[in-house]
Amino acid sequence: MSLLTPNPGLIFWMLVVFLLVVFILAKFAWKPIIKGLKDRENEIQGALDLAERTRAEMIQLKSDNEKLIAEANAVRDQILRDAKDAADRTILESKDKAAVEAQKMIESAREAIRNEQQVAVTKIRKEVAVLSLEIAEKVLHRELKDKEAQEQLIAELASSARLN
Amino acid sequence: MYTHLRLFFTTALVAATCLLNVPVMADEPTQHEAEKVVEGINQAEHKIEHNLEESEEKFNIGQMIMHHIADSHEWEITHGMVLPLPVILYSADRGIEVFSSSNFHNEHHEYNGYHLVHGDAETIVPVDESRVVYDFSITKNVASMLLSAVILILIFTSIAGYYKNSKGKAPKGFHSAMEVIILFIRDDVVKPNVGPKYEKYLPYLLTLFFFILVNNILGLLPGSANVTGNIAVTMTLAVLTFIVVHLNANGNYYKHLVKPDGVPVPLLLIMIPVEIVGVFMKPFSLMVRLFANMTAGHIILLSLFGLIFIFQSIVIAPVISLFALFLNFIEIMVAFIQAFIFTLLSSMYIGSAIEEHSHADHGH
Repeated sequence: MSLLTPNPGLIFWMLVVFLLVVFILAKFAWKPIIKGLKDRENEIQGALDLAERTRAEMIQLKSDNEKLIAEANAVRDQILRDAKDAADRTILESKDKAAVEAQKMIESAREAIRNEQQVAVTKIRKEVAVLSLEIAEKVLHRELKDKEAQEQLIAELASSARLN
Repeated sequence: MYTHLRLFFTTALVAATCLLNVPVMADEPTQHEAEKVVEGINQAEHKIEHNLEESEEKFNIGQMIMHHIADSHEWEITHGMVLPLPVILYSADRGIEVFSSSNFHNEHHEYNGYHLVHGDAETIVPVDESRVVYDFSITKNVASMLLSAVILILIFTSIAGYYKNSKGKAPKGFHSAMEVIILFIRDDVVKPNVGPKYEKYLPYLLTLFFFILVNNILGLLPGSANVTGNIAVTMTLAVLTFIVVHLNANGNYYKHLVKPDGVPVPLLLIMIPVEIVGVFMKPFSLMVRLFANMTAGHIILLSLFGLIFIFQSIVIAPVISLFALFLNFIEIMVAFIQAFIFTLLSSMYIGSAIEEHSHADHGH
């Protein structure tokens, strides 16, 4: 039974030694050790966070670059398209203008032709009138030379005419 | 008495002394030294003869085991190599008395009115039986405990210094080996069981773990003391945990003792005594578990070695030694497991006492 009977002297020393060990270790060992461990954990966590942040930044940067390139490409395309449009428009405009001019020229030519025609027709009419007069004069001249024929004609006319 | 064991150790000691011829006291003049060595050998031979005469007497294995696991007023490293320890006595009439336990080495084991009784455990009783004497001696267990305290303080202050000096460097060497254990105790034992306010209890629980561990391991060395296999030591540790638990326990914990939730009133007649017994069973189980495990380990090992002296056969010794080696490995494991279990259960008891939400652990 002596094994199961606690010895008061041993309890006393145990208490003294253990409490002393707890006190000394708590003050001079556990505090710095736990602080050190925590500091290192924070450091590692900080480094990991920083790496993560840097990675995110890199991704952001990359996507920014891509966006910039895409924008630049879009701007270039736009400029090219605008230039082409402008060229097309210019060509179209010049074509239109040329067509209009041509039309105008054709119109004026037509007008001129019409005027010439008019003039020509008028001239021809005049000529025809003159010629007709001359012919008529010549015919009259010849007819009036033959008195017999004239009398016959008058007679004919007079017979045909019903005098009322 | 256990003469064969004594015979074995004495022979071994004599052989060692003859082979190594170690000077026992370097300060003495050389001719004295030689005389002393010769004298020592003569004495040892005399002892061997004496033992041989007594060898008819039976080897008492029970007594041998009890002698080895019990506390003592001197530290017997091997047979014949005895370190006398100071005896500190307090009595109302004489005050504090301090003297060496080697003073009891005489015919009647008596000195200065005190008598050293060799039972299962050594006790110092006054010859005058009316006097009341309190024994605060530095016994073998106390000395071993002081040694382990010094070891603990040296190891962990050096580790603390390392953390101060090499900030921002990767851990390496012995420090990182200890760090693994510290982190294990912090993250897997204390943190999940105590809860969010674990940092307040961490120094106590870490010290508890390493104190038990170092004493368990020191106890496995040959010639060492059986500190954690002593009921006074485990009782003190258990009571300290009990005090820590009940000083920090919140209202929920105490309310739970007298009025457990969801229990019908007639059942309270049974439940309240059960709860209150449970409060005292916790430290009691802590005390008995560590004490019984460590003592049982020592008893098994000593029984195995005792078998060699009982069978007295050269054939049995290697077999027993192999088996004892195997058991020693198991004991190393037990040393860790018991330190871990004590810390784990202490954390759980603290955790259940400071738990905030009302439906506390029922102490299972």
